[in-house]
Amino acid sequence: MFGRLSWSAIPFDQPIVMGTCATVGAGLLVVFALVTVKGWWPYLWREWITSVDHKRIGVMYMILGLIMLVRGFSDAIMMRTQLALAAGHAAGYLPPEHYDQIFSAHGTIMIFFVAMPFVIGLMNFALPLQLGVRDVAFPVLNSVSFWLTAAGVLLVNLSLFVGEFARTGWLAYPPLSELAYSPGVGVDYYLWSLQLSGLGTLLSGINLTTTILKLRAPGMGYKRMPVFCWTALASNLLIVAAFPVLTATFAMLLLDRYCGFHFFTNDLGGNPMMYVNLIWIWGHPEVYILILPAFGVFSEVVATFSGKPLFGYRSMVLATMAICVLSWFVWLHHFFTMGAGADVNAFFGIATMIIAIPTGVKVFNWLFTLYGGRVQFTVPIYWALGFIVTFVIGGMTGVLMAIPPADFVLHNSLFLIAHFHNVAIGGVVFGAMAGYSYWFPKAFGFKLNERLGKAIFWCWFLGFYLAFMPLYALGLMGATRRMQHYPNTHWQPLMLVALAGAVVILLGIALTAVQLAVSIRQRHANRDRTGDPWNARTLEWSIPSPPPAWNFTRLPSVERTDAYWHMKEEGVSHRALPGTFVDLHVPRNTPVGVFLAFFAMILGFALTWRIYWLAVVGLVGAVAVVLVQSWRTDRERLVPAEEVAAFEHAHGVLPEIGHDRSDVRVASGVGS
Amino acid sequence: MSAGEQALTAMPGVPLALRGPASVRVVAGFGFWLFLLSDVILFAALFATYSVLSGSTAGGPSAAELFDKRHVFLETLCLLASSVTCGFGLLALHRTDARAMYFWMAITLVLGISFLSMEGTEFASMVAAGAGPTHSAFLSAFFTLVGTHGLHVSLGLVWLVVMLLQAATLGLQPMVSRRFFCFALFWHALDIVWIGVFTIVYLGAK
Repeated sequence: MFGRLSWSAIPFDQPIVMGTCATVGAGLLVVFALVTVKGWWPYLWREWITSVDHKRIGVMYMILGLIMLVRGFSDAIMMRTQLALAAGHAAGYLPPEHYDQIFSAHGTIMIFFVAMPFVIGLMNFALPLQLGVRDVAFPVLNSVSFWLTAAGVLLVNLSLFVGEFARTGWLAYPPLSELAYSPGVGVDYYLWSLQLSGLGTLLSGINLTTTILKLRAPGMGYKRMPVFCWTALASNLLIVAAFPVLTATFAMLLLDRYCGFHFFTNDLGGNPMMYVNLIWIWGHPEVYILILPAFGVFSEVVATFSGKPLFGYRSMVLATMAICVLSWFVWLHHFFTMGAGADVNAFFGIATMIIAIPTGVKVFNWLFTLYGGRVQFTVPIYWALGFIVTFVIGGMTGVLMAIPPADFVLHNSLFLIAHFHNVAIGGVVFGAMAGYSYWFPKAFGFKLNERLGKAIFWCWFLGFYLAFMPLYALGLMGATRRMQHYPNTHWQPLMLVALAGAVVILLGIALTAVQLAVSIRQRHANRDRTGDPWNARTLEWSIPSPPPAWNFTRLPSVERTDAYWHMKEEGVSHRALPGTFVDLHVPRNTPVGVFLAFFAMILGFALTWRIYWLAVVGLVGAVAVVLVQSWRTDRERLVPAEEVAAFEHAHGVLPEIGHDRSDVRVASGVGS
Repeated sequence: MSAGEQALTAMPGVPLALRGPASVRVVAGFGFWLFLLSDVILFAALFATYSVLSGSTAGGPSAAELFDKRHVFLETLCLLASSVTCGFGLLALHRTDARAMYFWMAITLVLGISFLSMEGTEFASMVAAGAGPTHSAFLSAFFTLVGTHGLHVSLGLVWLVVMLLQAATLGLQPMVSRRFFCFALFWHALDIVWIGVFTIVYLGAK
């Protein structure tokens, strides 16, 4: 009846897990009680959960990423604490089977459920605004994508309390991840949650690529797009091309585990190295899926706060697209030690080093943009400057490991861990934080507290160096990754420094919550009524903050890059053009995303525990939701001209109401 | 075509990229093309796996011993013919000739079902002969690649039935005809994938 699920699946004997369980449970209860007592459910349901507005969905992605950052960081600080203790004969406080789950969960969560929601959230929020259009190409699909990601998140968190998580590392290499060596449900949780969120990501990629290529304001040719749109285009093209490989690879491992197939097993002709190749054919482009949008954020931030156009726009675009292509030719550098031979290793080593060239072009472009600019030292520019310094160091250690003989020494050591945290934190996290503080006033109409923002930056910046520079040294001394304890007590002092660094980062994360609370409390003092608090250059700043559901009352007409900057220079605005306001159409909210994800989540849980009747329920439910949605024809809501006029009037434009329907309508509300 | 779309197409001399947001039809079609691209990449991963594992028979039967090429040829003809009839159906839709559309789509459905049942017979006979997917890496890869295509065909047929019901209940409104257009793209893409399967798996059997 319940497959493999029984009471023994709940780890009553593990005080750490049960303590976490109680804390999270209590926290959720408090939140639910508060929302119920205050009567916020209808509001949340109407305005957020069922919303198909790209701005709201973008904000929800960011919230999801922030919550999961806490989860992923808890894993991190547990590992650091364990390693600070477990030197010599000490065993530490985490038994190996628990420690293995923690490092697997940490990597999985940080990449799939923190970094991905951050970059997809930023792209969702900013792209249509920067492109000067009213929504993404497929607004309903956008909601489906978000909720599928959320379903994956829920499943991965459920594994903490019901059953176990994978002990295989974040990429679940076979044969360890095969049924013979991982008989529990941990790997199944891993696979099903990533299949769900991976589907969500693929749909996002299709949606945002279509948005960039097909929905831009009149006059916004490719060479006039903001650089963030270019980097988002590259990132989404990579999603469309890479995520199907992940889906196929996981599907094969699932067939091995559930149906006794032999893709990656040790016997009957299975080939585990096939998996390693396939997963990294997805995995290396994934690195660029994450970092390219961050590069885009820095480009916007550096240009805005230097008060100059970005230096070398064309070379920036070329470098972005070069990285997009080159990212497909380097996957093998993740396993030089596999034994592919000197020639193959040399090819991939050189290809890897070549990627440093377009990246270097970008770094110089940012530096030359700053050079001679009147740099305003705001929070986003702090992150940008911290990024340039940190990322260059991380990039250089990467080039170092691209040399196959060096990699044979450094492979699987803490040096590698230091390297990829150097680029992941220094690049993606700094980029996400820069984007968060840069676009926050656009999303909510008030700025975040600057002092606390700078404190958060310093915590992350110093904390990162304290936590990871020791790991470079430890790696060179021979400390390996995924190590639960070590006999060499000489490593312990550096491990303690690394723990101190993690504590400093913890302070930064805690201050992020404080900053949000303080900023909300001070919102009236930090209110921005101009819509353009940074004196910025791109179209999202040409409309009020927060923007209306339809973004642009009139689509702007674009004549060059930095469109809004030139509008300000010439004293024209698409908002002040003569003419009348007309009725607009916006896509109608729908619960299809949250319902679909609910059934998908049931399906994933049921398959994890092999409760097949429940899986059928989940599948039938999901199909029913799609069918009901596909028969709906009332997909758009009309915003009357009076409402549009009232909004514009409230934001400084005199109203003139008319019903001229020849206004060019934006393609949106498509649900094919 | 709405007034807005006419305004957009009536811009001779303005490059496409500068004309502003594309029409709903273009956006839907383009998005679906991207989905097909991603689907083709999913198949590419399965093809690559098959190529690597096709010799790993673990002492069991090999491709050359198992496949009945005449059977597969007939199967192929069914699928290719269904693509032609699907094309006729779409042309009828563009003429808003509902009867011809139903006729051609029904034939597409029948041909698709024939293809699937032939594939099912082949799979069943292989399993009965002791050559199921659990017997070797080669057979795992074979059943997964060909089976994934078969799964796509099955989903395509379900989609077609849904579309016929939508045409009957909602009429041939733009939303329905956009979806028919996407379905046709999907159906032709499955043909292209099958040509790869036929060539690499069946004709390439050693």
